[in-house]
Amino acid sequence: MEQQNELVLKVRNLRLYFNTHSGPVQAVDGVDFDLRKNEATVIIGESGCGKSSLAKAILRLLPRNAGTYDGEVWLHDKNIMKLDDESFRKEIRWKRISMVPQAAMNALNPVLKIGTQVAEPAMVHMNMNEEEATKAAVRMLEHVGVPVDFLHRYSFELSGGMRQRSALAMALVTLPDVVILDEPTSALDVLTQASIMNLMKRMKKELETSFILITHDIATSSELADNVAVMYAGQVVEVSDARRFFTKPLHPYSHALMASVPRLRETIEPEFITGQPPSLLNPPTGCRFKDRCPKRFEKCDEEPPTVLVDGDRKVKCWLYV
Amino acid sequence: MSDVNAEISAVDHITNDQALLQIKDLHVWYELKRFGFGHAGYVRAVDNVRFVLEQGEAIACVGESGCGKSSLMKTILGLNIPTKGDVIFDNTSLSQTKGEDLRRYRSKIGYIQQDPFGALPPFMNVQSILEEPMIINGIKDKQERRRRIEKILEEVKLTPIEQVLPKFPHMLSGGQQQRVVIARAMIMEPKLLVADEPVSMLDASVRVEILRLLRKLQEEHHLAVLYITHDLSTVRYFSEYIFVMYAGQIVEFARMEDLLDNPKHPYTLALLEASSDPNADNALVQREIPKGEPPSLVNPPKGCRFHPRCPYMMEGICDVLEPPNIEVTPKHLVACWLYDEEKGHAI
Ligand SMILES: Nc1ncnc2c1ncn2[C@@H]1O[C@H](COP(=O)(O)OP(=O)(O)O)[C@@H](O)[C@H]1O
Ligand SMILES: Nc1ncnc2c1ncn2[C@@H]1O[C@H](COP(=O)(O)OP(=O)(O)O)[C@@H](O)[C@H]1O
Ligand code: SF4
Ligand SMILES: [Mg+2]
Ligand SMILES: [Mg+2]
Repeated sequence: MEQQNELVLKVRNLRLYFNTHSGPVQAVDGVDFDLRKNEATVIIGESGCGKSSLAKAILRLLPRNAGTYDGEVWLHDKNIMKLDDESFRKEIRWKRISMVPQAAMNALNPVLKIGTQVAEPAMVHMNMNEEEATKAAVRMLEHVGVPVDFLHRYSFELSGGMRQRSALAMALVTLPDVVILDEPTSALDVLTQASIMNLMKRMKKELETSFILITHDIATSSELADNVAVMYAGQVVEVSDARRFFTKPLHPYSHALMASVPRLRETIEPEFITGQPPSLLNPPTGCRFKDRCPKRFEKCDEEPPTVLVDGDRKVKCWLYV
Repeated sequence: MSDVNAEISAVDHITNDQALLQIKDLHVWYELKRFGFGHAGYVRAVDNVRFVLEQGEAIACVGESGCGKSSLMKTILGLNIPTKGDVIFDNTSLSQTKGEDLRRYRSKIGYIQQDPFGALPPFMNVQSILEEPMIINGIKDKQERRRRIEKILEEVKLTPIEQVLPKFPHMLSGGQQQRVVIARAMIMEPKLLVADEPVSMLDASVRVEILRLLRKLQEEHHLAVLYITHDLSTVRYFSEYIFVMYAGQIVEFARMEDLLDNPKHPYTLALLEASSDPNADNALVQREIPKGEPPSLVNPPKGCRFHPRCPYMMEGICDVLEPPNIEVTPKHLVACWLYDEEKGHAI
């Protein structure tokens, strides 16, 4: 077997539920996936399947109504779920794992200059003084392609693409091991989207950083993916390397998702997925995809196990047992 | 001889007195006012655009945000006044139309917004949402209103009807909300549908379903459709014609397959280069993306508006003279000097 890059992050059986009047919302329900050095694992799935909640669970950014929260998150050889909140905040968040949240480009502070905003995480989390932090910010802004004279501008003076690059610089300025990107290009135009993807491909190689890219856009996901984890109704239903995934997805949901993508260079008719994802309040027992699955059979009323296929691909489906 | 025919056919598609919708040298400029200084220039959101759309045809308008798509659309809907030029729809000249006539003009065009949730009034149920346009347009017969509601909900597949009618927008999924928006756009039995990014807020799985529904309505009602999008990958399944806008102008116009399979304008090439199909190889390549960003429409660049970003820019030509519409093959027009017989060179 070919040499694999060093494992950076290992998520096992991660759960995050939200308490509501109607009961617990099982937004992240037993999620497993891996991330290796200088690689990107993309998390794909339709809106509402729990992608942003997964990001919050990894970074322990819990809303007030968080309920069940357990599982393992191994950063190198340390299970960071075992850390108390204080140590997690001091040692992990920003310093080792950072995030570009969904719609970050619109969430920049309007009254702070870009340079100050990018320098801030370095001061707060890396104990740098202002001068050092500013230097780090300048370096990172250059790296992500924001012109140096933008340092003194405010976010509203920047285009969407430049704001998104600045948000990326903020997440990278601490040189973390892992950066989580939540829908980083969804709100951007195609050309801007493509140049940001170019940038992230470069960063993945040049920096000591690995990426978790969260997106509902399958075509875009293939721009960065080394590995793919497909999420459906709070669970990961397939994990695979990108090469085999994009040529031959295994799970019926992955199939359906791939078939729903309109193609530019091929004339195959896209197919939609009938029905709707289940409620995460009372998800169906057995396979959560069964009501929409064209391959459903008797077994599917029981919870499917996650099985290994083709060596190291994982799929949660009775068809492969 | 064939050249002459080609000429006529191309011109046909930018000017044709018989067509249902005719956009004639349309300019939509917004005046900038600066306090104390008065007039401070114009935002030239639509600058000399022309095309026609026949009954029963779908045309896609592609371009990035800020290129003038919504301004064009709002003008067609009769919500903007043309600064210069005109819109002729169903034999009515927009620039000559006012008051009651303008209301009648608008009632023959259905409008589908980008964000279905934002488009639907939160405190109205589906029944009232669908009845409102009919009441405004004077359909007094309650039974007739009921008949239309039943028919259109059937067509957009929002059934069982009795369960759908009392629902409020927040009780519906994104796809269902968009169906309500489509039903509302269809309720006055329009001749033209204008759909502004109708699926960009929806998940891929639902997107295709909504596009197919629009296509089906278009065919069954022999509708003209203007489909506005920034996403080239969805147009193959939708339209006969397509045009690409950049900085307020049309840079390329062609039959859909021609444009996708044989693109000519450097900007169209860039858009195609930037749009990907799912493929693991994508992660291995750096895409060739033109530098910079679209220009300000207050002071657009001289000559070709794309020239500061264009990798094929010919100095002394592209940065000086505005490119003409050049017909490269029948019904395929491109506004780029590269295709000029004397000045250009092939790429
Ligand atoms: N704080 C919260 N309280 C209750 N439900 C929530 C909360 N945050 C998210 N949810 C629900 O959890 C599910 C997953 O949401 P999210 O993680 O945002 O999905 P995605 O990012 O894939 O669109 C959704 O049904 C959402 O409504
Ligand atoms: N009412 C308005 N007043 C001034 N400028 C406007 C107005 N509406 C749009 N614009 C400007 O016109 C240009 C084209 O906008 P728009 O038609 O909305 O483009 P698109 O729909 O392609 O994003 C943009 O520069 C925009 O800022
Ligand atoms: S006219 Fe010149 S600058 Fe404009 S697109 Fe063509 S080659 Fe490029
Ligand atoms: Mg999300
Ligand atoms: Mg618009």
